[in-house]
Amino acid sequence: MSVAPGFYLMLAALMFTVGVVGALVRRNAIVIFMFIELMLNAVNLFFVTFSRMHGHIDGQVLVFFVLVVAAAEVVVGLAIITLIFRHRTTANVDDAHLLRR
Amino acid sequence: MNLEQILFGVMFIVALGSSLAMLFARNAVHTALFLVAAQIALAVAFLLQGAFFIAAIQIIVYAGAIMVLFLFVIMLLGVDRREALIEPLPGQRSLAIGLGALLAAQIAYVAWRGVGAISEARRGAEALTALNRDPGNVESIARALFSRYLLPFEATSVLLVVAIVGVMVLARRLSAVGQDGAAE
Repeated sequence: MSVAPGFYLMLAALMFTVGVVGALVRRNAIVIFMFIELMLNAVNLFFVTFSRMHGHIDGQVLVFFVLVVAAAEVVVGLAIITLIFRHRTTANVDDAHLLRR
Repeated sequence: MNLEQILFGVMFIVALGSSLAMLFARNAVHTALFLVAAQIALAVAFLLQGAFFIAAIQIIVYAGAIMVLFLFVIMLLGVDRREALIEPLPGQRSLAIGLGALLAAQIAYVAWRGVGAISEARRGAEALTALNRDPGNVESIARALFSRYLLPFEATSVLLVVAIVGVMVLARRLSAVGQDGAAE
């Protein structure tokens, strides 16, 4: 008797929620980025579980694309954070309020 | 209890525990290390579900390359100071936790209903096992990737080139600003 797919989906839902709450609660831009990565990972778990449920390989191909997009996003995002840090000497997202004025 | 159930239990505890620990870790480096633990636990989950190629690239790309990049930037910027506890928006944190619990309940409910609706989940698992045995996991992914998903696959190469050029432009402008600042 193997583990039912529903338990994997439960874990993915919980991890995605932790990612959402972390991205809303934390203030450090790099830490917010890590929680976005956690959300992407949870979605990958959804894809793999659906791939097993339907007996189709397409879910795993989609995980591959998510990985590529996440890698590109991390590279560009961290470059922007580094630029902001050089400019304002802080990675706190509350201090970057230039557009508010 | 068989091996898969024991492994699932350990993986569940490690994955959820390290994601929650990410939420409460004050130091950015600790957050990154807990994220590595969560990603390795997820690689175990992928292995348990027969996604062998995905589990391998999860460890190599995510837990290896991307997290090293994160740690490198943390080291470069030295942002291990404690976060400000002042909230610009009053009640944002408690509201975020409450709405997060609501979101978890919603996603879990919909996922659970979906599992109930699909009656052939067991047959799907058997089909995937057969697919992993006959052409092999990597080969069946490659066949899908280079036939039906050829156009998205080529689009990802464009995406990677755009990301590389974008980062180079950002870095170049950074050094130009620094030189101007030094000249002034």
